Amino acid sequence: MLGIKKRYITIVALIVAVSMFAVGCGGGAEQGADTDKEQAADVIKIGVYEPLTGTNAAGGQMTVEGIELANKLYPEVLGKKVELFIVDNKSEKQEAANAVERLIGKEKVNVIIGSYGSSLAMAGGPVALDAKVPVIGCSPTNPAVTLDNDFYFRVCFIDPFQGTVMSNYATGQLGAKTAAIIQDVQQDYSVGLSSYFEKAFKATNGDTAIVAKVNYNTGDKDFSAQLTEVKSKNPDVIFAPGNFLECGILVAKARELGINVPILGGDTWEAEEFLNQVTQYKDIYFSTHFTAEEPVTQVSTTFLDEFKNEYPDKEVNAFAALGFDTYILALDAMERAGSADSQAIRDALAETKDFQGATGIITLDINGDATKTAVIKKVADGKFVYETKVDPQ
Amino acid sequence: MDDKKQIKFILNIAVLALICVFLWWGNDNLSSFYIRILNLSAIFVILGISMNLVLGFTGMFSLGHSGFMCIGAYVASILTMSPASKEIIYFMEPITPILAQIQWPIFPAIIMAGVVAALFGFLVGIPALRLRDDYLAIATLGFAEIIRIIVTNTITITNGALGLKNIPSVKSMWVYWGIAIITIIILKKIVNSSWGYSFKAIRDNEIAAEAMGINLFSHKLLSFSIGAFFAGIAGALMAFLITSVDPTMFRFTFTFQILLIVVLGGMGSLTGSVISAVAITILMEVLRVVEEPINFFGLLQIPGLPGMRMVIFALGLLLVILYYRQGLMGTREFNWDYILNKIDSFRKRGASM
Amino acid sequence: MSMDIFLQNVANSITLGSLYALIAIGYTMVYGIIRLINFAHADLLMVASYIAFYGILVFTLPWYWAFIIAVVLTTIMGVSIEKVAYRPLRTAPRISVLISAIGVSFLLQNVAIVVIGARPKPFPRPEQLVWNINMGDISFLSLTILIPIVTFILLLLVMFLVKKTKMGIAMRAVSRDFETASLMSVDVNKVISTTFMIGSALAGVGGIMWSMQYPQVDPLMGLFPGIKCFIAAVMGGIGSIPGAMIGGFVLGICEIMIVAFLPALSGYRDAFAFVILILILLFRPGGILGENTVEKV
Repeated sequence: MLGIKKRYITIVALIVAVSMFAVGCGGGAEQGADTDKEQAADVIKIGVYEPLTGTNAAGGQMTVEGIELANKLYPEVLGKKVELFIVDNKSEKQEAANAVERLIGKEKVNVIIGSYGSSLAMAGGPVALDAKVPVIGCSPTNPAVTLDNDFYFRVCFIDPFQGTVMSNYATGQLGAKTAAIIQDVQQDYSVGLSSYFEKAFKATNGDTAIVAKVNYNTGDKDFSAQLTEVKSKNPDVIFAPGNFLECGILVAKARELGINVPILGGDTWEAEEFLNQVTQYKDIYFSTHFTAEEPVTQVSTTFLDEFKNEYPDKEVNAFAALGFDTYILALDAMERAGSADSQAIRDALAETKDFQGATGIITLDINGDATKTAVIKKVADGKFVYETKVDPQ
Repeated sequence: MDDKKQIKFILNIAVLALICVFLWWGNDNLSSFYIRILNLSAIFVILGISMNLVLGFTGMFSLGHSGFMCIGAYVASILTMSPASKEIIYFMEPITPILAQIQWPIFPAIIMAGVVAALFGFLVGIPALRLRDDYLAIATLGFAEIIRIIVTNTITITNGALGLKNIPSVKSMWVYWGIAIITIIILKKIVNSSWGYSFKAIRDNEIAAEAMGINLFSHKLLSFSIGAFFAGIAGALMAFLITSVDPTMFRFTFTFQILLIVVLGGMGSLTGSVISAVAITILMEVLRVVEEPINFFGLLQIPGLPGMRMVIFALGLLLVILYYRQGLMGTREFNWDYILNKIDSFRKRGASM
Repeated sequence: MSMDIFLQNVANSITLGSLYALIAIGYTMVYGIIRLINFAHADLLMVASYIAFYGILVFTLPWYWAFIIAVVLTTIMGVSIEKVAYRPLRTAPRISVLISAIGVSFLLQNVAIVVIGARPKPFPRPEQLVWNINMGDISFLSLTILIPIVTFILLLLVMFLVKKTKMGIAMRAVSRDFETASLMSVDVNKVISTTFMIGSALAGVGGIMWSMQYPQVDPLMGLFPGIKCFIAAVMGGIGSIPGAMIGGFVLGICEIMIVAFLPALSGYRDAFAFVILILILLFRPGGILGENTVEKV
């Protein structure tokens, strides 16, 4: 009796597995047929590699929403249809390298967009460089991403700029003389921003101005000990850049512990998930890319309106905006180059100047990094509210 | 009998020659996408068989492989990066002066990566191998995480969370598959040596093995260190394949992927691990189709489901462990005798007809 | 360190420690009976949190109903996991069961990613349960008091079950000696199912408490607490229920105090937990309360 039951289960499981596989393959084959058809009609292919699963999945998914929105609004360039190829890199480096290789080798894309997470971008970068296919990063902020790579560009700020902007804001606008830093030692973003904040803050306020520097690890949920330590040092401001996931909890916890000094962070905070955690608190400031109150560019308004139409139940976030910008920048470069040839796109990208994106007016410097205006926002009345703008030097 | 030995020797040489021809042809003719996938499979082959030596042959459930890979990857990267790029990459805090000027060629660096990893394996093994089963599993997992956390925090050596970049790139299949094949041959020799028999005796029954005069601890430590050595080498190769490393690559969840390879291939079969390492690495790419949006003749649009691949692998792992515990190969190995006998009996049957 | 900062740290330790303790009890019960590190236990936290989340926000149930349903469904899930993934391996080597547990955990996480999506969601804290308490310079959430009380009540309940009821006696018999117990006409399967039922219910409560304290749910949320709480269970002496409670508190206090007294080492906090684990395994494998037994042939 038991044997029969067991075999029955095995057979059912196998059938489920096979049918799942068959559906997948069937879909894939059909997809392939579509691709062939469109190949004849000549489409322009844009590859996207983002972490859709794994530890960075949230950021990747938000970015893809922005890219898809842009694709919907601007489906054509040079009189041809643009086709997106979105592949998941599982938040793993070897998968990121495979994904880029696949986009280039198999899908034969003209240009690539990605990836959230600098370490993933650094894994994909060399592959694209070898194949001479340009990549536009949406949110990898580690300065090393574009280093020694002529084919990697990005539309976001890099860590040094943001760290310095926040330090200046803390000293100038908030009148801070002392600061505490809480950083995620596993995130290059957090470590990088903290390091530049510290340098700039010490330069203006003296070497003893950083009264506490404490660490936590990605995935931590309990920050009470770190915050109690910070509380005991009584700083004028706290700088705590990091993932919105951990930071949301961290900032809320700080307020629960009765720490009422301003808390500062970076552009990752421009996310619904962060706002949800801190909605009843104030004096939370962060640098970001755009604002609805005072749109940096015309495109910002378009983006904000269209995002509301497309995803009515979602809050606008920085990653979607950056994803949006990478896509329209890619299209713009193709138009300027007058061709969809990868080398031509690269050359056009390298000359990008005063490009109107949703996240500001973007000029790419010699490294391929964006220099653009930073917006500082704060949390007030359960919303993100525009505070001020900081132009790059 | 001698005749058969000779045939087998010739067959072995022939297979090696065939592989060489394939590598020579592949390096020039395959697209870089396929080369990358094949190179990655070679790395997983090394990881799979070295974990199998520890888990399948010696019966020690160690989950520390990712930690030893991490060490190997960092050793190889720091040794081979050019002083100029070290100066740029370590922009937060400069690298310790001792390491700043070192620049080794690839191969000595790979060996060194293995040696340092093996040394750590030895050091970790001394306390950890006094434990067994699930305690060993959780302790080695703990050690792997400790290694990773130390790497994250020692910024002047490893550059911390910012990771390393500009590691020399190695693309040739000769390197990856060459090392993979050498690893297979070495491990095959070890498994069939008196050490190997001792390992298997320990796996099957520790007390009986001890009664037979096998020194349990030193054999366990040996197996564990060899496993760590090859994990370190695989880590070094991973660094050269991707050309950048950072600590988050080596989470303990990575060890679970290797575990998947070992279990599906069969615990105690090198052949099984080789096959499943290659198969899983390739399937990981092939199965991307299940994550793409599916369009049923334009009538019904199902959006893409990222994560579906991993669901399939997790189901596969569960089904194998529940219903087909020996995996693909069980403890069997690929064997010329078997094939020769088949041919023999076939020929005889042909003759009798 | 001033007095109020110290007291603040104590309050922090109690909150974290009691959460660890609550989840560790579930681990220790399962381990005590079938000698299995139930990796899936941690993912049951995630399942419970999501069910409570959807219960409150999507089905607009009152929070207590949502919580009860979440605990019940999690319990059913835990028992079914045991039936499907662990029971067929009862006679298999221990490594196989452990791999199966890893497989289940892997599957739950990935199914959650596919079905729910990887973006974290804010957990709705019921206002009736969560408010801020300020005592001079010390401030904490009501949860700092609530969680230890819940943990303590559940601990007493479980202790009562194990010590006083017939089922509890059967459980202890099974954990002592599997085969003899079954010869003495103890229904081993039923005992194991009951253990998983209790363990999973505790995971359900633990998940909800965890999500109230750290109000964010995502598919991988069980990963870290899972390992930490297992460490706590080992520290207290795995298999011992009061031991899990003590282990949870000790780990919680250690984790908070290392950051409090050695802030420069705060980046090593997770490594520290593992170091404790390894030291305990090596020098006192029975844990703080456990018996040091030699494994039988």
